[in-house]
Amino acid sequence: MTTTTITNEPIVAEPSGFPHGDYLTCDKGWKSWLFTLDHKRIGVMYMLGVLFSFFLGGMMALLIRTELLTPSPWMIRSGDTYNQLFTLHGAIMIFLVIIPSIPAVLGNFVLPIMLGAKDVAFPRVNLMSFHLYVIGMVILVAAILTGGLDTGWTFYTPYSTVVSQTSVVTAVMGAFVLGFSSILTGLNFVVTIHKMRPEGMSFFKMPLFLWALYATAIIQILATPVLGITLLLIAVERTLGFGIFDPKMGGDPVLFEHFFWFYSHPAVYIMILPAMGVVTELIVTFSRRRIFGYSFIAYSSVLIAIFGFLVWGHHLFTSGQSPVATAIFSALTFSVSIPSAIKVFNWLATMYKGSISLKTPMLYALSFIFLFGIGGLTGLFLGMLSVDMHLHDTYFVVAHFHYVMMGSALVGFFGGLHYWWPKIFGRMYDEKWGRIGAIGVFVGFNTCFFPQFIAGVQGMPRRYHQYAEVFQPYMVISTIGAYILGISCLIVFTNLYRSLKKPYDAPPNPWGGATLEWTVSSPPPHHNFDEEPKIYDPYDLEAVVWDPETKSYKHLEGQGLLSDGGENA
Amino acid sequence: MSSTSDATHEAHADHAHDPYLAHHFDDAEQQYDAAKMGMWTFLVTEILFFSGLFCAYAVYRSLYPELFQGAGKYLDTTLGATNTIVLLFSSLTMAWAVRCAQLGQKKGLVLTLTLTLLCAFGFLGIKYHEYAHKFHTGLLPGSHYQAALHQSTEWLEEHGYDPHSHAPVPAAVEQAALAKDGRSYGLFFDLYFAMTGLHGIHVLAGIVLILFLLVRSLQGRIGAKNFTIVDNVGLYWHLVDMIWIFLFPLLYLIN
Repeated sequence: MTTTTITNEPIVAEPSGFPHGDYLTCDKGWKSWLFTLDHKRIGVMYMLGVLFSFFLGGMMALLIRTELLTPSPWMIRSGDTYNQLFTLHGAIMIFLVIIPSIPAVLGNFVLPIMLGAKDVAFPRVNLMSFHLYVIGMVILVAAILTGGLDTGWTFYTPYSTVVSQTSVVTAVMGAFVLGFSSILTGLNFVVTIHKMRPEGMSFFKMPLFLWALYATAIIQILATPVLGITLLLIAVERTLGFGIFDPKMGGDPVLFEHFFWFYSHPAVYIMILPAMGVVTELIVTFSRRRIFGYSFIAYSSVLIAIFGFLVWGHHLFTSGQSPVATAIFSALTFSVSIPSAIKVFNWLATMYKGSISLKTPMLYALSFIFLFGIGGLTGLFLGMLSVDMHLHDTYFVVAHFHYVMMGSALVGFFGGLHYWWPKIFGRMYDEKWGRIGAIGVFVGFNTCFFPQFIAGVQGMPRRYHQYAEVFQPYMVISTIGAYILGISCLIVFTNLYRSLKKPYDAPPNPWGGATLEWTVSSPPPHHNFDEEPKIYDPYDLEAVVWDPETKSYKHLEGQGLLSDGGENA
Repeated sequence: MSSTSDATHEAHADHAHDPYLAHHFDDAEQQYDAAKMGMWTFLVTEILFFSGLFCAYAVYRSLYPELFQGAGKYLDTTLGATNTIVLLFSSLTMAWAVRCAQLGQKKGLVLTLTLTLLCAFGFLGIKYHEYAHKFHTGLLPGSHYQAALHQSTEWLEEHGYDPHSHAPVPAAVEQAALAKDGRSYGLFFDLYFAMTGLHGIHVLAGIVLILFLLVRSLQGRIGAKNFTIVDNVGLYWHLVDMIWIFLFPLLYLIN
């Protein structure tokens, strides 16, 4: 037995020689990135795409909020422009940012390493998925430039098929291609998790982040194709005069809504489940305790995925669906709160008596629990039939889904980004500014969206260009919150960007995580593991101790192992 | 790019005994299992892709049964049945091709793939003929549907109209027979063209894949040790066949 962990190697990966170089420097030139089959590089490229889109969508959000400072239009004079802005904000944030954020960026990067594998099962498919993402992004942006889109991100018919004069077909094609990209990522993850787990790591010994990605991938595979066919039907309705959703020709627009939400409600869980997975890892690492209720958290991910398919009808409560269906969908909607609450309670129980360190990622994890608590509970208001009659299509709905989509999903992404940043780029960001950014995001977010709950309860309708003067105070507070949020995001990303200017300074395991990605150098070697990896229990935190010599955490020799990489075989 | 090819070479050096093993798999069995599972998962997404259309079909057929009965008559059952047989036969040759690949029989592989390819073209040929006929007779989807165009002399006589008069009555009668609110056979042809069209696109994709296999097998790059790709294309082709097995009775055999 020589060194037991690769973590004892020098912090800075040797730059010389191809097989020993890290994945960032092993090869140069744009082709080595654009056509790479390395899941880590693909993850990094996805990150650039997602952050660019986040910037675009965020700018649109700030424009919308600025316009809403006054009850009557002052900056964006035309209602059509306003409609296009909120539509594109939604479409970009959902299809280009939130859906690919955690699975395609962080999942791509850490999933194979967490499994001790060299890559995902189908590296070429993975690359194709990224290329499709870029193509989809180009098409969607082309739609913006060639006439915009004003249907709302939901593309409701018959407005989208008969009335709208904007580039619906182009936008729909963009979303179709992006859906394909999402399916391929999900497919890759499912096969990788099934077929490439190392010896000793059964399904119930996997890091819970992988359970979350697995459940997400199942939804991506099963739900996205239905969106695909629905979008194609919109395209043929507009171009070839089909009438499947057109009441004039005997078609039924409510059928469209069913099809659309059959994808788009599960899609909500595509967005939130991976964030829950990230938060699970963060809470474990920064509380330094074994996860409480492992199997409950694992099953609850799967349960959320299953329930996610059975509740789409709650988007149609006021669309004229049958009262029986409405009642059933309402009951099923409430049941989603069970697995969600299981997760939250298990996180809290994990933190109980833990030695909590409030590092930047942990601040995001705590924000997540708080914001998801609000976002989830307000969902129950909307699932309640009588209350929904009053609240539907008001700002209450806007606030609710922003608490879940932005406040939970994206905050989870930010947390994960800070957690794995040292691993991905080999550099530590400035902790103080990281925390300021995290707190700023939390404060800005709540200031922006909490007043919208109140405005919504008082009856302020969503998607309106003009509003009654009584709502102005809420709107002004909300806009101030949006600015705080915007500035905080600027702080967050400036801080992260500044770290890239330094030479590598991140130790292999700066936080004390027990999952496998922390046993390799930061950034990881080109093939992830230079030697056959040892497989550790992801939640045996006691086996991971601080090593002052390397300024890094490391596994105690021979402890916390699931299997030793065939050393004793 | 160079890094990937380097990596491949390096991996090949590690596993000199099996040039078909990608570097990130432990052994050929794992690689085969992963590929098969990937394909089956992909087929699941394909089924869900079509399921939207099947669902729309179920909804509208239960809402307007008389519309489907009436419009279904305009499909040519003989051609549909012929196409069913052609596709079933192609599934047989495809399965045979997989067997040939597994046994490393190059000649048999090339022959069965060619037969499959011919069947696929035959299917599309017949489909083209059907489509062309419908375009000419105004049996078009949605807003392009032209009720009066396709009513043959026989139809008119059967419904008691003078085929030589130019009065617009027959179209109105057809609509009235359909019932209430302005629905037309166009809705049926929406579904007909969407379902068979999407299926046709899948047949086209299958042709590309089988051509690819054919080229590879002629180059001798498919053998007993790396037949996975034939296996997977075979699975895809059977799915395309299976979808047609559902489309045929649902569209052609409903009257």
